[in-house]
Amino acid sequence: MNVIVTDAGFGPETFEQRFVPLDAADGATRVFDLPSNADPDHLPDIARRAEAIRIAFPSFADGRGFTLARRLRLLGFQGRLRAHGHVLADQYAMARRAGFDEVEIDAELAARQPEAQWRARADWQAHDYRTRLLV
Amino acid sequence: MYEYTEFDSAFLAERNAQFRAQVERRLSGALTEDEFKPLRLMNGLYLQLHAYMLRVAIPYGTLNAAQMRQLALISERWDKGYGHFTTRQNIQFNWPRLQDVPDMLDALAEVGLHAIQTSGNTIRNVTADHFAGAAGDEIADPRPYAELIRQWSTDHPEFQFLGRKFKIAVTGASADRAVIRAHDIGLQIVENEGEIGFRVLVGGGLGRTPMIGKVIREFLPEADLLPYLEAIVAVYNLLGRRDNKYKARIKITVHENGIDNIRALTEAEFVLRRAAFTGAGAARLGEIQAAFAPPAFRTGDVSAYETARAGDPVLRSWADTNLFAHRAEGYAIVSVSLKAHGATPGDATAAQMRVLADLAERYGHDELRISHEQNVILPHVHKSDLPALHATLQQHGLATANIGLISDIIACPGMDYCALATARSIPIAQEIATCFDELKLEHDVGPLKIKISGCINACGHHHVGHIGILGLDRAGVENYQVTLGGDGTEDAALGERAGPGFSAEEIVPAIERLVHVYLDLRQDRGETFLQTYRRIGIAPFKAALYPAEAVAAE
Repeated sequence: MNVIVTDAGFGPETFEQRFVPLDAADGATRVFDLPSNADPDHLPDIARRAEAIRIAFPSFADGRGFTLARRLRLLGFQGRLRAHGHVLADQYAMARRAGFDEVEIDAELAARQPEAQWRARADWQAHDYRTRLLV
Repeated sequence: MYEYTEFDSAFLAERNAQFRAQVERRLSGALTEDEFKPLRLMNGLYLQLHAYMLRVAIPYGTLNAAQMRQLALISERWDKGYGHFTTRQNIQFNWPRLQDVPDMLDALAEVGLHAIQTSGNTIRNVTADHFAGAAGDEIADPRPYAELIRQWSTDHPEFQFLGRKFKIAVTGASADRAVIRAHDIGLQIVENEGEIGFRVLVGGGLGRTPMIGKVIREFLPEADLLPYLEAIVAVYNLLGRRDNKYKARIKITVHENGIDNIRALTEAEFVLRRAAFTGAGAARLGEIQAAFAPPAFRTGDVSAYETARAGDPVLRSWADTNLFAHRAEGYAIVSVSLKAHGATPGDATAAQMRVLADLAERYGHDELRISHEQNVILPHVHKSDLPALHATLQQHGLATANIGLISDIIACPGMDYCALATARSIPIAQEIATCFDELKLEHDVGPLKIKISGCINACGHHHVGHIGILGLDRAGVENYQVTLGGDGTEDAALGERAGPGFSAEEIVPAIERLVHVYLDLRQDRGETFLQTYRRIGIAPFKAALYPAEAVAAE
């Protein structure tokens, strides 16, 4: 069972719709699964019509998802935005600051990096240099 | 100088606490070495050939006396009593133990220093002209902009896991002392009808595929700096290659996509980004600039210095090479050479660091700089204090009169320390310096930059050395290739490879032959090595490097 991490800690899946891979999406799709190498040219259209978007992190070292998330937010997307895959507890604050609402990890990762390590970064709004230069 | 605010201090304390916990989680096994690696790299901790190495940032090369003393203390308490200043305004401690590193970081934090983002695939320590705020030829002090960029890039949520490392350098003068054309982004402060802004270069870099940076924006208004930088790095984050580590730097992204395409993507991204920056950055910049207000320069008689200089040939020789024109009347910029003949370029002992801290307090308005050329600068010294300053430097092996000369060599740590190295660098630098010192030729030869890298990654900047030396491994034997005519300044050029490499025993005599070609063929003493090279071309130098082949060809 995958775990959904939010500022409140670990929780079960509550989102009932199925994420549709980008290459299987059609004009009616509102819930998208994006790979980390998604073509940025698709983002304006997705941002306009999506209700929820999940972005893959095939490896914690692949940081493209953070910029995809920020770009979607800058394009006006306000729905549920989820990071999915190999995200470390140490990256939780980055994910939240980049615009993600939540992180989905598998049971093995959740066992090795237990809830306390994620909750330690629930204070992601503190000590934020970049935001301080915005407003 | 910039003083840490409560925000800065609280951030650093929190960050150090996080790293302490990460070290504990690594030791307990909660983090695999694979997962720990990027976390330790983000905090400046490498695993080298023999031990861990901690790389500490000297932000834009600026230090005060208290900070320098703390570096001395750290080197004694947790290392071997010395530190190594690098080509990117960092200091490296080569022998820390993993369990001690959190304490070392806390000790750094006591004086507002850190090791954040000195490594890893993220935006690295921002570097600046080491004469910033002192040189007469500068439009504006680059350090406030470098500090603003430090704040923006520190812990930037999008850019901690880029495809590869990312280096930014800033200069406030048209004379480029910060090698901005060999950086991922180079910023040159320019003035356009009274308005301060930046000429922005992108895609420079050395390494295995050296490239000179290209202009992406001729004039960027000051207020747009952060959103524009963010746009460039965001474009790179999505577009840069991740399939091949050796093609992952932005120089390759620019090369493969073309500067015009990168510019168009950046400008489109910039429009999105700029909307989010509502002006708080400008307020921060104002506060930072106030902190960098120049010291209260004094006026005073300099005739005693002139008299001492006239009567003391050793002082005169040192003054001729190690001083640079200051913007304030009666002042000089002093470069303290960390290149004593036969010593390791860039190394300073704890005792030397303390002497430099004392001198900065007594004679230098409490300011020190570290140059990318691995020397220490006292940027504001009144000329009347130069004789006493020089005398103290002499007592501590710090008065070598060789700035810009053949023994002022940039060298990477090489195989004596580095896990990536394919050859030794330091002993070659030591032998060249000793050789020309014994020949008493150094001052006759004049300005000549030799730069040595111990592997293809080019940390010693050999591509931009007037004479570049690249140490490779050929079937288990060190082999040194020579490049000629490189230049890291505003006239940036990559050196041309002269031909087959030389063994460790042959390389110093080969350099000697090159120098004799220059001495024989220069028009007069006023023509430098680089000028002569540009006038006569590579052929005479090749003929001297490979005499047997020259004979065979005839």
